[in-house]
Amino acid sequence: MEAGMKTLWRMLPWLLLALFAAEIVAVLLPRRDGTFHVREWGRLPALLNGRIQPLDSVGRNALLQIRGTGDVPLQEKKAWQFWKHPPKLRSFEWLLEVMTRPERADQRPIFLIHHPELLDTLDLRGKGTARSGLHYFACNDLKPVLAEIEQLGRSAYDAPSRDAFQKQALKLANALNLYQRLKHSLRPDPGDHFARDLADFELAMPAGLAAARARDQGKPFDQAAFDRLLGHVSRFNEMARLAYPLLVPRPDAAASDERWATMGAALMESVRSGTIHPAVRHHAEMADAYRHDRPDAFNRALAGYRAWLAPHFAKEVRKGRAEFYFNQVKAFLHAMIIYLGAFLLAAGALLTLHLAPGLSEALRRSAFYLVLLAGAVHTFGLVFRMALEGRPPVTNLYSSAVFIGWGAMVFGALLERVFRLGLGSAAAALSGFLTLIIAHNLALGGDTMEMLQAVLDTNFWLTTHVVVITLGYSATFMAGLLATGYILLGLATPLLATRVGHLNMGAILHNMVYAIVCFALLFNTVGTVAGGIWADQSWGRFWGWDPKENGALILVLWNAAMLHARRAGLVRERGFMAMAVFGNIVTSFSWFGVNMLGIGLHSYGFREAAFPWLLLFVASQLLIIGLAFLPRPKPLTRAFGGSGGSD
Amino acid sequence: MIRTLFSFFSSLKLTFVLLCAAAVLVFAGTLAQVHLGLYSTQNQFFRSLVVWWHVPGTGWRIPVFPGGYTIGVLMLINLAVAHFRYYRAGHRKLGVALIHAGIVLLLLGQFLADLLQVETRLRLTEGQAKSYSENNRIAELAVMDTTDPATNRVVALPASWLARRQNMAVPEFPLTLRVLEHVENAQPVLAVAESNTVPVQGIGRQLRFKPQPGATSPDAPTIPAALLEVTGDGVLLGRWWVSTWLTDERLASMLGREAGAELRQALARPQDFTHAGRRYELALRPRRHYKPFAVELIDFRHDKYPGTDIPKNFSSRVRIRHPGTEENREVLIYMNHPLRYAGETYYQADFDPQDPRVTVLQVVRNPGWLTPYVACVLVSLGMALQFLTRLVPFVGTWRRA
Repeated sequence: MEAGMKTLWRMLPWLLLALFAAEIVAVLLPRRDGTFHVREWGRLPALLNGRIQPLDSVGRNALLQIRGTGDVPLQEKKAWQFWKHPPKLRSFEWLLEVMTRPERADQRPIFLIHHPELLDTLDLRGKGTARSGLHYFACNDLKPVLAEIEQLGRSAYDAPSRDAFQKQALKLANALNLYQRLKHSLRPDPGDHFARDLADFELAMPAGLAAARARDQGKPFDQAAFDRLLGHVSRFNEMARLAYPLLVPRPDAAASDERWATMGAALMESVRSGTIHPAVRHHAEMADAYRHDRPDAFNRALAGYRAWLAPHFAKEVRKGRAEFYFNQVKAFLHAMIIYLGAFLLAAGALLTLHLAPGLSEALRRSAFYLVLLAGAVHTFGLVFRMALEGRPPVTNLYSSAVFIGWGAMVFGALLERVFRLGLGSAAAALSGFLTLIIAHNLALGGDTMEMLQAVLDTNFWLTTHVVVITLGYSATFMAGLLATGYILLGLATPLLATRVGHLNMGAILHNMVYAIVCFALLFNTVGTVAGGIWADQSWGRFWGWDPKENGALILVLWNAAMLHARRAGLVRERGFMAMAVFGNIVTSFSWFGVNMLGIGLHSYGFREAAFPWLLLFVASQLLIIGLAFLPRPKPLTRAFGGSGGSD
Repeated sequence: MIRTLFSFFSSLKLTFVLLCAAAVLVFAGTLAQVHLGLYSTQNQFFRSLVVWWHVPGTGWRIPVFPGGYTIGVLMLINLAVAHFRYYRAGHRKLGVALIHAGIVLLLLGQFLADLLQVETRLRLTEGQAKSYSENNRIAELAVMDTTDPATNRVVALPASWLARRQNMAVPEFPLTLRVLEHVENAQPVLAVAESNTVPVQGIGRQLRFKPQPGATSPDAPTIPAALLEVTGDGVLLGRWWVSTWLTDERLASMLGREAGAELRQALARPQDFTHAGRRYELALRPRRHYKPFAVELIDFRHDKYPGTDIPKNFSSRVRIRHPGTEENREVLIYMNHPLRYAGETYYQADFDPQDPRVTVLQVVRNPGWLTPYVACVLVSLGMALQFLTRLVPFVGTWRRA
């Protein structure tokens, strides 16, 4: 029996690792297309936001802005039923539907409205679909009040400062506008046979253009031919006005910034040139085939377009395929789930340290393995993103969150490797999980791989300054997290007094935090000075008291103050831990708070919506600091026996 | 006594207090920027001995916190004195000593930059060449003898004299100036003919200047203007309005766009007069810093990412002509790639949203620009050494335990 338990404890970590690894492998395997080769369509490249991206990304980022999710679920499911995978419309399927079958897309409940006053103003109570307390509306539901929404949105846009109602109204107006633009990006709407229209347009062009020229010169002209052409042109002009992504690649373009055009612009161009661009024909064929439910025709048209693209746009096609794969794998989401599992296991390991040492050790190992697995998935996502962008890991607020989590994971895993108590794993897993959640919420603004403003367009300084300083944030958060663990464990459990080796757990945590703070000071100082040198290179002054620079400086000063206070004997274990928790507040100010001031050179990553969260976070940290100075429960070391640890 | 002072100034407690005070000061100075703007925040918080609180509604000011200079100097003293108290020869303390030496260098470098750094701007239109840059925060009143266009003689008077409203005999010229009006931050208004006063010459026939109403952005440079009366050898020569509105190229082009045809012509004419057979010109202009070479703008580019308005790059192709050294070469200045030349550094700083042919270069003279680089190397070396000598053995002992 005893031996059986031992074998089980030995096997458990490997079993759990195999389970999660199998899930990851399943995710990484490529999927097959159904009757319509919609995935293949989603991989097609387009130009938007100044960068080449697959149509899937166009759809996904639009959906994130409109609905706040990357897909459209087609069936009810309770939020906690995580094992259920109800059918859903994936981003590329949704985009294709919006572009080619708008009648059906208009029925999808995708517009999220949760401000009660806005629901009342628009008289939308009882309409739409309620899902976990949120109200979603289809475009059809909103059609009667479109003008009103636009009016509300415009007045909100002009308002100097917006309240919650106005923000929601503006967001809804923007979402509807984006949706309208997508509808007009591929084919004229309304209209059933785009390819046939194109053919007719081509036939009508010579006579129509002649008539138009004659009309301009005041000569008699063929009214019927003129009207026939004008009918097409006015519809194409509407497309040129509204179209959103640039779908038409032009291999023969003179300048590099004219290589892509919207469908509308390409069609208007053909009025001038007299010929229809081949890519436009391909798109029209695909659009018609999907609209009229003809899989064979769709797949054939798609293959034809891909064959046409291949010789001139090989790089763009590769980029489209790679980013499509990245979108489908959702590496950060899976890393997040595994981090959560690892954290629960590590917490279990700490809590069972005395009660069941064998189980505790098995859980600790499991947690460590899962942290490594999650870390590998996290790293995979990070490196993939870097390759897609051709940039170092941190380019905006979103990627800084991803990278802070990655750095904290590395620090935690290293600590675990040295101390083997489960504390490092717990901290690594928790910080990985939390930062990826933050990143997920930051991604709701839309494209997270946007192009960089001119001054940031330097990989060398992005690497030396931004990456190093972000590692400094990671380390400070890690120290704060471990210190929080120290304070909470000290308050609720007798663990801190437990002896492990020649030290008790409290002293070990103290050592860990001290080591991490040293790292934090290293990275923050080097990063801040490197930032100064960058500023010297681009603006001519080493230090300009810009808010973001100041935020980093405060962090350096605080880390230095901690080390000097400890060296001078001003603080002991508990005081040092409280200071480390305060470091969390300093870091969050430097990371987020500075951007909320809305001033200075670094205010590009402005996120107003995060402000209440920041306040809440600061309050929680102050509370924890307060808790550090409460009297502790009497150590129960005698009850458990002196050295019931591991290793 | 000396012993007490030594132990006070070398104590780590002082270090801790100073670090915390610095953190608080930087935090306050960051928040203050929202209302005060960067420029005056720097002067009130960081380039000061004491931070004052102006009690609202009264003229009182109360010192509330040590300023940046106080904290910086105390830190320097603390660092220097503590070195003698704690430093022991040997590799164990070398890392810490290097780190602290780097920090001393950083602090000194910043003092040096504050004292010696001169920031000016060079605004060029394509095809234009200039041999001076301008400081648009400080104005000067230039009185020029332009009788012989080949050899202009210029006397530049600091504009701060205008505010004192004293008479001024122009050195080298037989002219005396009297300040009739001085506007600290002016805006132009169309002049209405007034019959009972001495008529104003030059641009003053069309324009006059009055104080700008309301609060302006605290960071924007002020735009001074003054009404001057000129006498030559005791004879009244006339009255002229002078203002940087007329000489600062950005402001002048702004004014020119708003103006009608007649006013635009008047703006293009110099404000001149003759006295005793010589021709003179008056101009209140951004202070000029002349150079022994000329910079000509060949081409300015403002690239955007295709299909967006996100700026991709700004770049200025300039030609440098140095008559002294016969140097004549082309240089491309763009984001993160400044030109370092003749002790100055030229950065791509700005552009004119109204005119695509105009570039604005920032010109910085800072003799101490190398100190942060050296400091960075020292600190990095010190930290690397510290980690190798302390952390690695620590991990080793733990793993053995």
